Amino acid sequence: MTSSSLYVKETKAIKRTKGSLLVAESIPDIKFGEIVDVWLSSGEVKRGQAIDISKEVTVVQVFGGVSEVDLIGSKIRCKGETLKLAVSEDILGRIFNGIGEPIDGGPSVVPEDYLDVNGLPINPAGREPPAEFIETGISAIDGLNALVRGQKLPIFSGSGLPHNRIVAQIIRQAAVKRKEEQFAIVFAAIGVSYDDAAFFMKNLEQTGARERTVAFINTASDPVIERISTPRLALTAGEYLAWKQGMHVLVILADMTNYCEALRELSAMREEIPSRRGYPGYMYTDLATMYERAGRIFGKGGSVTIMPILTMPDDDITHPIPDLTGYITEGQIVLSRELERKGIYPPIDVFLSLSRMMKEGIGAGKTREDHNNVFMQLYAAYAEGCNLREISTIIGAEALGERDKIYLTVADRFEREFISQGEFEKRKVEETLDTGWELFSALPEEDLKLIGEELIKKYLPKYSEKT
Amino acid sequence: MGKIWRVSGPLVIGEDMKGSQVYEIVEIGSEGLVGEIIGLEEDRAIIQAHEDTLELKVGETIRGTGTILTAELGPGIVGSIYDGLQKSLTVLMEKDSFIKRGAKVFALPRDKKWQFSPKVKVGDAVSEGDIIGTVPETNLLEHRIMVPVGIKGVIKEIREGEYTVEEPVTWLEDNGEVKELTMMRRWPVRKPRPYKQRFAPSRLLITGMRIIDYMFPLALGGKAAMPGGFGTGKTVALQQLARWAQTQLNIYVGCGERGNEMADVLYSFRKLKDPATGRLLQEKEVFIANTSNMPVVAREASIFVGITLAEYFRDMGYDVLLVADSTSRWAEAMREIGGRLEEIPGEEGFPAYLGSRLSSFYERSGLVECLGSPERRGSVTVAGAVSPPGADFSEPVTQNTLRIIDALYSLDVSLANKRHFPAINWLTSYSLYVDDVKGWWSEISPEWDVTRATALKLLQQEAELEEIVRLVGPEALPEGDKLVLLVTRMIREDFLMQSAYHEIDTYCMPAKAQLMLKTIIKFYELAQPMLDSGVSVAEIRSSPIVPRISRMKDIPNDTFEQRIKELWSEMEASLVAQRGGVS
Ligand SMILES: Nc1ncnc2c1ncn2[C@@H]1O[C@H](COP(=O)(O)OP(=O)(O)OP(=O)(O)O)[C@@H](O)[C@H]1O
Ligand SMILES: [Mg+2]
Repeated sequence: MTSSSLYVKETKAIKRTKGSLLVAESIPDIKFGEIVDVWLSSGEVKRGQAIDISKEVTVVQVFGGVSEVDLIGSKIRCKGETLKLAVSEDILGRIFNGIGEPIDGGPSVVPEDYLDVNGLPINPAGREPPAEFIETGISAIDGLNALVRGQKLPIFSGSGLPHNRIVAQIIRQAAVKRKEEQFAIVFAAIGVSYDDAAFFMKNLEQTGARERTVAFINTASDPVIERISTPRLALTAGEYLAWKQGMHVLVILADMTNYCEALRELSAMREEIPSRRGYPGYMYTDLATMYERAGRIFGKGGSVTIMPILTMPDDDITHPIPDLTGYITEGQIVLSRELERKGIYPPIDVFLSLSRMMKEGIGAGKTREDHNNVFMQLYAAYAEGCNLREISTIIGAEALGERDKIYLTVADRFEREFISQGEFEKRKVEETLDTGWELFSALPEEDLKLIGEELIKKYLPKYSEKT
Repeated sequence: MGKIWRVSGPLVIGEDMKGSQVYEIVEIGSEGLVGEIIGLEEDRAIIQAHEDTLELKVGETIRGTGTILTAELGPGIVGSIYDGLQKSLTVLMEKDSFIKRGAKVFALPRDKKWQFSPKVKVGDAVSEGDIIGTVPETNLLEHRIMVPVGIKGVIKEIREGEYTVEEPVTWLEDNGEVKELTMMRRWPVRKPRPYKQRFAPSRLLITGMRIIDYMFPLALGGKAAMPGGFGTGKTVALQQLARWAQTQLNIYVGCGERGNEMADVLYSFRKLKDPATGRLLQEKEVFIANTSNMPVVAREASIFVGITLAEYFRDMGYDVLLVADSTSRWAEAMREIGGRLEEIPGEEGFPAYLGSRLSSFYERSGLVECLGSPERRGSVTVAGAVSPPGADFSEPVTQNTLRIIDALYSLDVSLANKRHFPAINWLTSYSLYVDDVKGWWSEISPEWDVTRATALKLLQQEAELEEIVRLVGPEALPEGDKLVLLVTRMIREDFLMQSAYHEIDTYCMPAKAQLMLKTIIKFYELAQPMLDSGVSVAEIRSSPIVPRISRMKDIPNDTFEQRIKELWSEMEASLVAQRGGVS
C-alpha cells in the first residue's frame, strides 16, 4: 500500500537490466527510495523501488519475481510514492501479503493514516526500560530466560526442531493472558511453507486470538523480493497498534533466515562487496533497524515485543545469521538437537540461551524473591553436572566420587523434570521455582552457595515442609 | 551552494561544489539534513549523510556551512544525553519520542545561566590552557574555563556572576586588539587536543572489578579492549566501569548498540550513587547514544565526539574514562561508507585505513601535563568493546585493535554460557600496566604482586590438571592435586566471579579484593599440612569454613577488614580442629 500524490511521470528509456534491477535514464524528480510501477512488455505491472538515483541514471529494484527477459521493453511510471502501510484499527483480524495488500478476500483498509514502513528510531532517552514479566508457562523460559514486555527475544532453531510448536505454546499461554489489557499479535510469515503458515493461523484461531491478530503472509512460493518488506510491514502494524492504540503487541517473525537469504540475493544482484559468507556488510544494521522497533516508551501505554524465529544453517550458531542476530537481540532461546533426540520437549539449551532483560522482570513483587538465586544456582549445578557427564563418558560414571554422582543425577533430573514439560502444560512461575528447589534438595546443602541462608530456610523443602 | 547529483543510501554526491573543503559540514535538501564532505573531485563533492536520505531528489540544494564537524565545549555537558553528532536527545524528547531527521538542537543549553567565578585578575597575562574561571557545573564537577588554544593576551575585564554560555565573561587585549571570551568553545572532533607533555601511566584506575583491578589492572591514561562474542558481557562490564571507575568524569558511548540497554544505563545512573562521594552518578557522566537503528554514518562521528569531550575535561586536569560499545559497529560504519564509495576494500571488506582509524581513536588516551597554568595533570583512559563475528578473534577489527591496546580483557563464550561473570578469561587476558601500578598497589598491600602471581600460577596449574581429569577422572588424582582444584575453584567462584547485580559485590574496593584473595591462599596454606596428617580433600571441602569463605562477597566494603579477621581466626580454629580429629 502506498500513499500517492497526483503527478505521474513515465520513462521508457531502459539502458540495462540486471537480474531484477532496471537501469534507466535519469528520471527527473524521482525521490530516493520512491516506489514505482514497472509495466512489463507483457502488459503485467510490477512494483519497484528507486535504490540509486543520479543525473545520469535511475536504478530501480523490481519486486515480485521477474527475470531479465521480462524487463526488456518495460517502462517505469512514477507517482511520487514511497512504501507506506495504510493503517486503522480495522487491520486487526486481517491477512495481507508481503507488500501489504489484503489477501483474505476482505475489502481494503479504510486508512486512518499512512505509515512509512521503515519507521522512525525511538529516541533512546525516551525509552522506558522493559521490566514487566511475561509468564509463558514454560519453565526453561520463565525460570531461566524470562521474557519481558518490550524485549526482542529470538528463537534459534534448526530444521525439523519444534520451534513452531513452542511459539504456538507461548502465544496460547502468554500473549492472551490478561484479557482486561489490550493485546494484539502481529504475525509475519516470511518465506515459510504454506503448511507452517497455516499451522500458525489455525493455532491463533483455536486460541481465540484470531480477531486480535494481523497477519502478513509471504510463503515460500511468493516473490522472494517481498520478503524484504514483509517484516517491515508487520512491525509498522505493530507500532501503530502499540503507540497509537496503546496495545501490548507481540510480533512474531518467522522465519528470519529466509529474510536474510533474500537480503543476500538482493545484495548480490546489486553487485555489492559481500562480507562474511556472501551476506552484505550492512546486514547487522539492516536487522537492527527492524529489531530495535521493540520497546516501551515513556508516556505511551503499549509495548512492542518481538519474537523472531530463525533456523541456524547446519545448526551452526556462529553462522552470520544467528551470530548477527545474537548481537542485536536481547538474548536468544536456543533449541538443541541433542535434547530433542532425548525426547525432551521443549528442547531448550539453557547454556546457549539467554535473556538479557530478565533481571528487571523478576524478583519480589514481580515473580518471587528467590527467583534470581534459584536461577543462578540451577545454572551452576547443571553446568557442573554436564561437565561431569562429559568426563564420565570417558572414564565411566562408577569412577566418580559420591558427590560427583549426585551432580550427575541432578543434571539428568533437571532435564527431565525442569526443562521437559507438556506442550499443553502451563506452569506457574511459582511451580517452576519450586521444581528448582526440589532439585536442590538432592544437593549437599553447603553447595547452595548462591542462595542466601534465609531463602534456604524458607524454600528448601526439608525446612519449608515442616512449617 | 551546490546541487544533489546522486543519492545512494547514505552516500550523496553534489555538483557545483567548488570552494568546499574536505570534512566540511553541509546541509542537504529542504530539510537541511546534515552531511559531511569526505572527498572532492573537481566540482563534485562526495558527502556522507549523517541522516536518512529517503525521498531526497536529484537537483535539490546542498548548502555548505563553512565549518567542519565540531563539538561544543562548555558548561552543560555533564549529565547530558547526546546522539552521535552531539545533539541533545533530552531536548529532542520534548518534541517527540521518535527521532525525526533534520531536527536542529544545540549541545549546550543557551538559556541556562551558570555561576562564573574568575580565577585571574585584570592585568594578568594569560595564554592557551590557563584557567581563567570556574563554574560549579554539578555537585561533583567543577567546570574549569580555559583560555582557548591559540589565544593569549592581558585581561582587560573579567566578570563574576551568572551568565549563559553565549555571553562574554572575559575581555583580553593582545597587540592592541580586544577579544571577547564566552564560556563556550568549539573543537573539530577529528583533531586531538594539544597538551604539554605525555607521561607513562602510573596510577591504578580503580574499577571495583576484582579481575581487572587485581589481576589485569588498568592504569589512568591507559587503553584497553574487551573483545567477546555476543552475550559474553561486554556491555555489562563497560557499564560497570562507567558506574564505578574512580575518575572525575565518565563518558559512555553507545555506538551502534541497543536502545533498551541505553535506557537501562540512563535509568540506573539516575538512581545509583558514587561510592566515593555518595552523589548521584549522573553528576559525573556524559552519555552518547547512537543506537544501531540511528543513522550509520553518525556512528562514525560518535566516537570522535566522545573522545573530544574526554580530552576537554582532561585539559581541566581531570581523570576521565571513556568507554565505547562497540568499536566493531564503528568499524562497520566505515566499511559501509567505503563500500558505497567503491574504494578498494581491505580484509573482509573493511577499508584499508581501518587500523589507522582505530589507532587515531585509542591514541587519544593518555596521561598528560595540560597546557596552561596552574600546572596540572589530566588523563583519558579508553576501554573499547569489540564484537568479533562468530566470536572469532582472528577477524580484522580485533586484530587491528590488539596491535594498539595495552590491556586485553578477552571474554569467553564458554565462561559466559556457564554464567561465570565477568567472563574474562584469566589465561588469555593481559595487562601491560602491571609494573606501572605496582607502586600504587604496594601502598594498599605490599604482598599484591606475590598473591597475584600465586593465584595466576594456581589457575594455570588448574588448566593442566583439567586436561588430566578429562582422561582419568577427578578421583584418580593425588590428594595434593585435588586440593589445588578445590582452591582454584574457590579462586574462580569466590573471587573472580562477581555479579554486576549483587547489591554489595557489584563494587569491590581494592583493599577488600586483596583480603579476599589472601583468605583463599591462606586456606590453601593451612590445608596443605592437613593432607600430610591424613585428612582427605573431601573432608576439607565439607568443612563449614568453605561456605563461609564463599560468602565473603556479601560483606560490605567498610566492615570488611574487621570481619575478615574474625573469619581468619575461625578458619584456623576449624581447620586445626579437623586436623586434630584425625590424628
Ligand atoms: N558481570 C556480570 N554479572 C552478572 N551478569 C552478567 C555480567 N556480565 C554479563 N552478565 C549477563 O550476561 C548477559 C549478556 O551480557 P552483555 O549484554 O554485557 O553482553 P555483550 O557482550 O555486550 O553482548 P553483545 O555483544 O551482544 O552486546 C547480561 O544480560 C547478563 O545477564
Ligand atoms: Mg553489548
